Amino acid sequence: MFNYLVQRLATIIPTLFFVSVLIFGLQQLLPGDAALILAGEDNDPTVIAHLRSTMHLDEPFPVRYAYWAGGVLKGDLGESQRIKKPVLDLILEKLPVTLELACIAMVIALVIGVTAGVVSAVAKDSVWDYAANVVALWGLSTPNFWLGIMMILLFSVTLGWLPASGYVSPFEDLKGNLATMIMPAFVLGNAIAAVLMRHTRSAMLQVLSSDYVRTARAKGLDERVVVIKHALRNALIPIITLGALEFGTLLSGAVLTEQVFSVPGFGKLIVDAVFNRDYAVVQGVVLFTATAYIALNLCADVGYFLANPRLRG
Amino acid sequence: MSTLAAPLPVHREASPGARVLRRLRRRRAAIVGLWVVVGFILLALFAPWIAPYDPLQTSWSAVRKAPSAAHWFGTDEIGRDVLSRVIWGTRASLLAGLVSVSISLACGVPIGLLAGYVGGPVDALISRMTDAMLACPFLILAIALAAFLGPSLTNAMIAIGVTATPVFIRLTRAQVLAVKVEDYVEAARALGNPPWRIALRHVLPNAISPLIVQATLAIAAAVIAEASLSFLGLGQQPPAPSWGSMLNTAKNYIDNAPWMAIWPGLSIFLLVLSFNLVGDGLRDALDPRRV
Repeated sequence: MFNYLVQRLATIIPTLFFVSVLIFGLQQLLPGDAALILAGEDNDPTVIAHLRSTMHLDEPFPVRYAYWAGGVLKGDLGESQRIKKPVLDLILEKLPVTLELACIAMVIALVIGVTAGVVSAVAKDSVWDYAANVVALWGLSTPNFWLGIMMILLFSVTLGWLPASGYVSPFEDLKGNLATMIMPAFVLGNAIAAVLMRHTRSAMLQVLSSDYVRTARAKGLDERVVVIKHALRNALIPIITLGALEFGTLLSGAVLTEQVFSVPGFGKLIVDAVFNRDYAVVQGVVLFTATAYIALNLCADVGYFLANPRLRG
Repeated sequence: MSTLAAPLPVHREASPGARVLRRLRRRRAAIVGLWVVVGFILLALFAPWIAPYDPLQTSWSAVRKAPSAAHWFGTDEIGRDVLSRVIWGTRASLLAGLVSVSISLACGVPIGLLAGYVGGPVDALISRMTDAMLACPFLILAIALAAFLGPSLTNAMIAIGVTATPVFIRLTRAQVLAVKVEDYVEAARALGNPPWRIALRHVLPNAISPLIVQATLAIAAAVIAEASLSFLGLGQQPPAPSWGSMLNTAKNYIDNAPWMAIWPGLSIFLLVLSFNLVGDGLRDALDPRRV
């Protein structure tokens, strides 16, 4: 186990290095003088001079990268040009909202995806199987921002059941919080549910044809017990790993969903930063997301390793 | 009396392309998807003749008019015909899908071929760089790239193409690793062919099937990505029509002009669904194990 962890950690370090080079390198894409662009519309010479010295813009790329990476290692992701706050503080401020959204979305995705996958595998080639496949294809092909707009049209404008946008903290009003979160979470969970459904179906089909399931059936066990206790429990291991890996999709989706429903989270932070040309925030958010994704990937791998006795040897 | 025997049936080995087409034809969903894609391509090509109005022509007397005989899909917030804008918007979406996937293929396949064929430190370096790009969520990296490059359709296509490249690098590398140990590649090497010739003439053609499937599915993803970037204001710039930017405007008028949102979204859904159906069908048709 220890050796495995060391081995996995050793592969992460070069990946993190390249991620940081890639994200820092984005700055090179800015057309013209970066200091002029970052200073915004006022073109204040003192601001430009300050930016030039703090960002070491007169130095060559590797030196600038070394300064930046040194700061990042100490938790300094730079400062927002517009809000004048450290980028890390901004990210940590917005993160709980997006995490709540992502968690509710993942629960919705797991409930819909795993249930539909099990039903379609158990009733293979039936109407249910066909319906579940159609729903999965729908989930994979629907742009989630459009689904969000259509849900606002139905549930907020036409029926008046749910608020169209906004956010209420769960500590202030739990019911109000759920009312504002349920639509964005469903929209976000929809696409992941489709992916989970397809994987659950194929994992279940494989497990259902295995010897131990045949033995369980031969023993005369109730079909429900066979499906849930014997088949699903074994099919769930790769599905949970996949769920963890879908975290990246959740964060990507959150950018659009938060925009549609005006949820003040992580996604809205990056979009607002893009429009305010607050490049330090854009870089900080991408770096934070990528690092979180790599860490989650590692957790999923270790979890899979622990859950699978054959790998432990 | 003629005693001529009936002519013996001639068994001709069908070419691989014909075999794939025959298998594809058996998958009804894929064929429907293919026809819808062809329909959208025709719409994009003949937009100036099919669209009933100029997509940029405003009319203050027809602001946010519901669908009618004069405007089948209604009009938008400054009186432009939604149907005409949807038809013209097909161009931006298809162009983004095709160009960005071409960029991914043009960059990803040679790099993947190099990594898989040469191996060693070159492979290790390319693989770590690919891992790094794959660690950044697709849309977030595309948004960051588009933001730094500046908002325009061309930059959105570059951002999507570059962001999708690592998938093609990885896929090509894996295929090449599997193919390069085959006997016919060994034979080509024994005959004294130079490495570039072996890679291009013997390895690549035998590694291409999964790339075709992935490219088709990637077009679907690119169409959604372009619509997403345009929705955020980072793709096609107004007043030029694009489905994503139309939805961005439409969300502000959802309570009194829902038709502005329904049609562009439905178009994205239909086009993406069709590419997904074709991709799924091609995967089945190209995979001998699924026959």
